[in-house]
Parts: sequence; structure tokens; C-alpha cells
Amino acid sequence: MKVYLAVAIAALSPFALGSQFLVNLAVLTAFSAYLGQAWNIAGGFGGLTSFGHAVFFGTGAYLGAILQTRFGLNPWLGLPAAAAAGGLVGFVLGAAVFRAGLRGSYFALVTLAAAETFRVLANSLEITRGGLGILVPGAPGFWNFQFLDRRGSYAVVLALLVLAMACAAWLGRSRFGARLIALRENEDAAAALGVDLVRTKTLALALSGALTAMGGVIYVQMFLYVDPTIAFGVERSLEMLLVAMVGGAGTLWGPLLGAVVLHGIADSTRVLIDKPGIAPMLYGVLLLVVIAFLPGGIAGAFRAKPARA
Amino acid sequence: MPSADIVIAALVNGLLTGGVYALIALGLTLIYGVLHIVNFAHGSLLMVAMYGAWILSAWMDPYVALPLMAAVMFVVGWALYAGVIGRIGRGDDRTILLATLGVAVVLDNLALVVFTGDTRTIETPYSFDMIELGPLLLSTPRVISFGVAMLLACALWAFMALTDTGRAIRAVAKEKEGARLVGIRPARIFALSYGIGIACLGAAACLLLPTFYVSPQVGNVFVLVSFTVVVLGGMGSFPGAVLGGLIIGVTESLGGLFLGESLGQIGISLVFIAVLLFRPAGLFGARA
Amino acid sequence: MLEVRGLTKRFGGLKAVDGLDLDVAAGSITALLGPNGAGKTTSFAMVAGFIRPDAGTVRFDGADITGWRADRIAAAGMVRTFQITQPFAGLSVAENIRVGAFLRTGDPDAAMAAARETGTRLGLGAFLDRPASALTVAGRKRLEVARALATAPRLLLLDEVMAGLNPTEVAEIVSMIRAVRDAGVTILLIEHVMDAVIALAERVYVMAQGRRIATGTPREIAGDPAVIEAYLGPGAARRMADA
Repeated sequence: MKVYLAVAIAALSPFALGSQFLVNLAVLTAFSAYLGQAWNIAGGFGGLTSFGHAVFFGTGAYLGAILQTRFGLNPWLGLPAAAAAGGLVGFVLGAAVFRAGLRGSYFALVTLAAAETFRVLANSLEITRGGLGILVPGAPGFWNFQFLDRRGSYAVVLALLVLAMACAAWLGRSRFGARLIALRENEDAAAALGVDLVRTKTLALALSGALTAMGGVIYVQMFLYVDPTIAFGVERSLEMLLVAMVGGAGTLWGPLLGAVVLHGIADSTRVLIDKPGIAPMLYGVLLLVVIAFLPGGIAGAFRAKPARA
Repeated sequence: MPSADIVIAALVNGLLTGGVYALIALGLTLIYGVLHIVNFAHGSLLMVAMYGAWILSAWMDPYVALPLMAAVMFVVGWALYAGVIGRIGRGDDRTILLATLGVAVVLDNLALVVFTGDTRTIETPYSFDMIELGPLLLSTPRVISFGVAMLLACALWAFMALTDTGRAIRAVAKEKEGARLVGIRPARIFALSYGIGIACLGAAACLLLPTFYVSPQVGNVFVLVSFTVVVLGGMGSFPGAVLGGLIIGVTESLGGLFLGESLGQIGISLVFIAVLLFRPAGLFGARA
Repeated sequence: MLEVRGLTKRFGGLKAVDGLDLDVAAGSITALLGPNGAGKTTSFAMVAGFIRPDAGTVRFDGADITGWRADRIAAAGMVRTFQITQPFAGLSVAENIRVGAFLRTGDPDAAMAAARETGTRLGLGAFLDRPASALTVAGRKRLEVARALATAPRLLLLDEVMAGLNPTEVAEIVSMIRAVRDAGVTILLIEHVMDAVIALAERVYVMAQGRRIATGTPREIAGDPAVIEAYLGPGAARRMADA
């Protein structure tokens, strides 16, 4: 109970901040946590280690941008459209890959190839304006999800984060979640107990994809620009993975912790040594440290060691 | 519809590039065949090797530097496995996968910090020489690179088939415990095999440098290509890596010709996805 | 309840299972014996849907389930355990069992209650909230059975559940299995521990080199020369008779 209170206070504190700069940091951290939690649903709870989650993010981002610039649809409608699109991509990808029995490294590679395929498409097609990308007109307003005061963006991102946390929490206490976790631990045993492996994995990937895609829509509204690399680049995929893995894959709070730690590193290195690549390099080192010494991520370090019976 | 001449030129150029792809893939397939790990750091290590060759190019021609680079990268690979990947891996597939990913991320960004994001190229006296082969006009360095790559592939095959060490490696790949029983130490073989796989990258880097650029992101370009080649050829298969490399080189070349510069790149990822879905064992891989 | 006809599986050039015929009557305890490599576990895997048979049929309660996927067969009421225990290592004992219970209910609380009840019934009451990875070998065997039982199966396939247990533990598991059968579950078990087989099995099938070589009560097959030779080598039957 105390934990929830502390987290709630921390989550709401940016509204009291005077500095737009600090609020922006909070927005970015919360956004990272959201995407990390979205990845966590498939990659953490399901053990479906995806190296190409940007395929969902970019789908949502481009869909949101195109719907706005070409069809004048505001982002409130873009959100459900992106969720549907992301879910569909996840469903199709999952159904194809899991029915073929691919898992582990092969699955990671396929997701990488999928993201790359979409990147090339976005770079070549007219509707996505190729390498030029899409500029979304700046028009601050509630219905546009654009806010002159960054605290508005924070409110939106926070709402999404709460949604993602709720999904993760639901996994922790539902039949679907229990089955997903079971198949992550041991596929044969899960099948022997009646768990439909392909269906469970595919639905998990679809849910993860839907959430990730919604993040894409919000990104475009915050930064007003999307291009193939921003949407589908490897950096995007890796950041989601790193946030979840470093914080603790398969845990509820892991992505939150991971986002705070990674952004803390990014912001402090920017102050100390302002060179591109320093922060991501430290992320890589942190990943190695975590998988070597902290298998449960940072969240796992807080959990007591199980007693031997 | 492009003329036959242009198509043939694209085909041949694709084969030339494919030869170097094959060499890169040989390293990857060796690592998979022996250690059963998918080395995500492969592209990044190629990038490191290319920077190494670029630095050496101040003193020696890349082709001359090849044996040195191969030796250096062997040590780098061996040390990386013995010191980092092997230690962290603990035998769990997902952990090793993430370990190689971690290494890749660190190397990619270390390069960014040290060398900045600028692309670099080198110029050799023969950079723009051409060889005439019938109606075709081929770039000399690319022909040399192809030839050397194929030679190295044969040398590697001979090493694996005819030497004691090569036999030990194949033994560990097939049956680790049995190999241990006859006195072979799997841990040493693992590090050795990883080193050889990375040595291939050292050689490939020298073959690529005369005609390609180097940048911190160049690794990412080759990651998907090398994985596609290995998956197409069959994980762990030598002839598969060579044949796969040539096929992918041609696919890339013809893709660029018929679909244009931008969309042509899609050929490789589509081949990759198609192979994984419909024939995951690849051309020469063992059927599950 | 279970009717297997002509079950066959080839791995490369090797016929692991060659035309196996088997019947399991409802409410009975049937044992499948044979030396190592006889094809017992492969047969189990085919019956339970983990491996596709090359030939033959499997009928469960009259329905042809040949080639069905494992989870579909489990949902139909036939569940197997594994020779090498496969606990969900990261979960508690109760959470492990609950996965099985979820086959019969979608409500997490009801499933957990059923899981705890089954776990307690099988002697795991003290360990329900401990991690499954902390159990001893005997505990893990109980967990395998508890998990399978939580799915409310009609036919339970037990694969060498006695392996690695000391005589006291074997006796406990034997009475546990008897209790399970008395509660209405039919049992087919693979076993090497003869004491358990004699104590439990009403009907025994013996396999060797992929084929069925004998069938009958435990007493009948113990004296069968073909069975003796399968375990002790050619000529052993005559040597034993002469001795």
C-alpha cells in the first residue's frame, strides 16, 4: 500500500513543477516506461524476446500522421486506429511465426527483419513520403493532443502508462496471464496442461503491438515529425527492450524502474560528457551487467531470495 | 525492362558481393554450428574490423593487411567469448542472445563516440580499375575480393576437414559430451571457434574496405544480410553459407535493379522471413 | 477408455515404435514396461499429442484423437506427466498447480482454491507458497501429478513417476496413485520400479525394441520367457529355468 502511495505521489509530482525542462524529462521517462511496459507484455511475461518492436511503434506513428495530414482525423481517433493496426500486425506476425514453431533467437531475428521490412517500405512508398518523412502541423489544443504546456503531454502519457500498467497487472492475475507465464517457463509442460501455445503467444504479441502502436501516435503529436528511421529504426526497438530488461522483464514495476534508470543515465551523461553514443553505450554495458548478475533486472534485486525447502 | 546486358552485369556484380557475404556468413554459421548461439554481435564486430583495416590503411593496403587483421580479430573474438559472452551466457539461450546483443550495442556506440558518425572511405591506387570480361566491365577490387573470399572459404573448409583442430571442432559441434570423453575440452573449442568466426570478419573487412564505406552503423547494414545468408543456407552448414551468400548477393543486386535503389533493399528481409516460415532448416540445414 | 492400434514411429532409419496395440479399460491402472529404449516414452508422447505418429490410431473414449495437438488432448481429458520433471520454475507450487486448474475454470480465485485443495490432497500442503524450484525430487514428482490432476482428467499418463525415489517415497506415491484411481481417474503408467508395478497394476504391457512382446497380469508377465530375455538378454530364460 505504501508503495502505491509513493509511486502515485512521484507520478503526480511533475504537475507541481515549475520548470518546463523538468516536466519534459518526466514526459520522456514516462513515455519510455510506457513503451517498455508494452514490450514487457510479450517479451517479459511471455518470454517472446523481440528485437523489432519498432514495427508496431512505426505503424502507429505513421498511421497517426497520415490520418491527420491526409484525412484530417484527429489523434483521438488515431489512437484506436493505431491500436487496431498494431494489434493486427502483431496477430499476423505471431500467427505466422508461432505456427511455424519459431521461437527464441529465430523469433528475435524475424522481428528484426519485420521492422526492417517496414522501414524500407516507409522509405519507398509515396503515402509515407519516403525518406522525407511526414510533418504534422503544429496546432496546440486538447483535441490535437498538442499542448503548449508540457504538463498536458505528461497527463496524456501518464494516462497511457496507467493503462499499460493495468494490462500488466491483469496478466498477473488472469487465466490468460497465468498461461502466458507458464508457457514462458516451460512450453511442453504448459501444452500438457491444455495451454494452446500458438493462440496464447499470438494474442500476447497482438496486445503488445496494439499498446506500442498507440505510443507511436502520441510520439508524433509530441514531436510533430516522423520518418522511417524514427519510426522503425533499431534504436527504437532496442530502447524498449533495454528499459524492460534492465528494469526487470516479466515484472510489473520493472519497466518503470528501467525507464528511470536509463533516462537518469542519459540525462546525467548529457551534462557531464555531451557526446552522442555515450548513453546508449552505457545502456549496453548495463544490459550485460544485468543479465550477468541480476537476472531479474533491477526489480528482481528487490525481491527476497527464495528459501530452499 | 532492362536489357540483358544490364541484367547480366547486375547478376555478376551480385555474385561478386555475394562472395564476401559468404565469408561473413561462414563465420556466423561456424559460431552457430559449434556454440549453438546466434551471434548478434557479428555485424558490430565486422564494423570494428573495418575500422581496424581503415586505421591500418594509413600504412598498408587492405589486401596486404588481411592476414594481420584476421589474426587480430581472432584474438578479439577469442577474448570476447572467453571473457564476456561465455562467462555471462551460462548456457541459457536467451541470456546468450542478449549477451551478444549487449556486446553489439556497446561496440556500436563505442565506435560512435570514438570515431563520430562520419562515414569514411579509403582510396587505393586500383580503386577505379576495371577488368573486362567479355561484354562486362567489372570493378577490379571487387573481383579480387571475390577471389580471395572464395579462397579463404576453401582454406577454412580444408582446415575443418583435414586438421586435428578442425576435427576437434566438428566433434564438439556434433556431440559435446562425447568429445569431452575423448579428451577435447569444449570450453577451449568454443572460444577457439568464436575466434575463427570473428577472424573471418577481419578478412571480410579488408575485402570490403576498398569498395565500401565504414561508419558506426555499417554493422547494422550487415547484420540482417549475414543472418539471411545463414538461415537461407542452413544454420551450421558451410556449403550453405557459401551458396546462400551468392544467392543473397544476386538477390540484392537484381532487387536493386528491378525495384529501384530504395525498395530493392526489401528483397533480403523478405527472403529471410519467407525462409524462416516455409523452410526454416534452409537449403542445407538439418531437418528438425 | 484408450484404444491404441498399430502405433508406429520412425526416426531416420530406426523404428522406435513398431505397430503397438494397447487397451486401457476405464477405471483401471495399466502399466507399460520394458527395458530402456523399448519405445515407451515415445509411445506416450504419441498418445498424448507431443509427437505425430507415422502410422496407427489412438482412440480416446471412442473418439479418434490421432494427430491431435497436446493441448487439445489435455482439454479432452487425457493428461501426461514427464519423466524428467518440468516444473514452472519461477512460480510457486500453488501457482504451478493452478495452471492445470485453469483448464476447467476461467476464474483465477476458483482456480487457486482448486489448486490448493489438490496440492494439499497430494501432500504438498506445506509447500504451496514456496517456489517450485525449491522442492526435492519427490516433491517435484508430487507436483507433476498434482498439476495434471488439477485439470480433472479422465485418463492420467504417468511417465516413470517413481524414478529417483527411495523405498519410503515409492510407497507413499503408490498409495497416492491408488487414491487418485479410487477417485475415478484411469491411469496408464510407465514404470521401472517393479514393486510399484506389482502393487498397482492390474494389467501390464511389455515392450521391447518398439514392439509389444507380452501382456497380462504382473504375475503372468514376470514368468514370461520373452520378457525375461528382453531384460536380461537372450538365453537368460533358459538359464533361469535350468538354475
